[in-house]
Amino acid sequence: MMKVYWQILRNEFQTLLRAKWVLGYGLIFLLLTDTLFRFAGGGTEVWVSVSNIMLLLIPIISLIYGLLYIYQSRDYLELLLTQPVNRSTLFWGLYTGISAPLTVAFIVGSALPLAWHGGLTEGSASQLFLVLTLGSILTFIFVGLGFVMGLWFYDDKIKGFGFSIIIWLFMAVIYDGLIMIIIFMFGDYPLETGIITVTMLNPMDLARILILMEFDISALMGYTGAVFNQFFGTSLGTFASFAMLSLWLVIPAYAGLRVFKKKDF
Amino acid sequence: MIQINQLTKTFGQLEVLKGLTLDIPDGQATGIVGPNGAGKTTLIKTLLGLVKPDSGNITINEIRLNGNYDYRRNIGYMPQQARYPEQMIVSDLLDFIEDLRGEEAVYKQNLINEFNLQPELHKQLRVLSGGNKQKVGATLGMMFNPQILFFDEPTAGLDPRSSFIFKERIQKEKQAGKTVLITSHIMSELEQLVDHVIFILEGDVKYYGRIDELLKENRQERLEGAIAKLMEEPIQ
Repeated sequence: MMKVYWQILRNEFQTLLRAKWVLGYGLIFLLLTDTLFRFAGGGTEVWVSVSNIMLLLIPIISLIYGLLYIYQSRDYLELLLTQPVNRSTLFWGLYTGISAPLTVAFIVGSALPLAWHGGLTEGSASQLFLVLTLGSILTFIFVGLGFVMGLWFYDDKIKGFGFSIIIWLFMAVIYDGLIMIIIFMFGDYPLETGIITVTMLNPMDLARILILMEFDISALMGYTGAVFNQFFGTSLGTFASFAMLSLWLVIPAYAGLRVFKKKDF
Repeated sequence: MIQINQLTKTFGQLEVLKGLTLDIPDGQATGIVGPNGAGKTTLIKTLLGLVKPDSGNITINEIRLNGNYDYRRNIGYMPQQARYPEQMIVSDLLDFIEDLRGEEAVYKQNLINEFNLQPELHKQLRVLSGGNKQKVGATLGMMFNPQILFFDEPTAGLDPRSSFIFKERIQKEKQAGKTVLITSHIMSELEQLVDHVIFILEGDVKYYGRIDELLKENRQERLEGAIAKLMEEPIQ
């Protein structure tokens, strides 16, 4: 079973590398980090900027790629499913086979400029580590969501694309807008716990807050920042955040697996 | 031995298979015919585990299908439309499937030679013509020398020469005692290739028997005429 998994994984890696655009994806991060190093000189500023772009770019690219992969590989999936291969093994092979190369492209692209710019100080090492970890987690989460959408709307691509874009838009923009509205409307009530809970339900927000905490720029957020700092700044907060992110890592993937196992191809 | 018992399948509102029951003995070459949408492809896909039936059961070589997968080791399948990862190179695809199954494709070279695929081996699949892709599909279906072979409209995209080679190959497989199942709209082709025919209409078996008996019963010379006659009869 493991052998079959590795075969599928290896094949996905080869196929993706041959398609070259994953290299392009890595190159975007490479150019980004490199440019930021040249302008900002290095250190914290670089990683804050990288994280800002990463937080928007990784979810949409991973989501759309996961979705497109399902749509483009229908016949390939069919071929694999007619082989003596377990559906679960096949699913995990494909899922990690898509997520891992994207993750590698992101990590290598972002970190490579360090090789010629240097500048990895003790302080920025943990920042770099956090940015890269969060980016990787987001890649897996959103490829998983893309798989779910692709398998769900297998025969209706327009709906698949539509809902995927809405998911991204919702998590990236609308969600925060709604939180703002709630804060604005019910500002007189003690909302802190509620807001923290709601924020933790959105993986993009969660990643954003973890970055804000790490870079110690929550002060920019005024009162909300102070509240966040009180919770997320503690070890309990960090633990809870990573627990939520892990949950986010597991849920789309398992939802995808369930749909995949029951699906008619 | 393939045993299908009371198989039903519904896609949304559409009842594709309605309690279909069939026994196909080992070593029999059978054609599946029926109008578009009768459930031919769905039947084959259900046998392969691609489609999950709503009710009923299937037993292949004494193994009852319930999400298991190893039974597919004995089945070769050539789909209606052969489309594969576009960037992949033909020989890589064949090697990949070989690695995936962890068994040697005993007929690989033999089929490559027969179908004249040698000049295509190092090309990407996206530059292959439709017919050549079909040949790759046929190679994938037969290269592991499986006991059971499913062909879904196999010659639809093949030129006359390839089609001829393909049919020769099927004859050979038949003589080797394989169980062969072919869906086709080309009746003359089925007459050449199979001895039994299953006529499916609206998700159920309308006729199942030897072709020569069907012709006799309907006082027809050719399969086409006999099937056309069956289609005209009202459904009981």
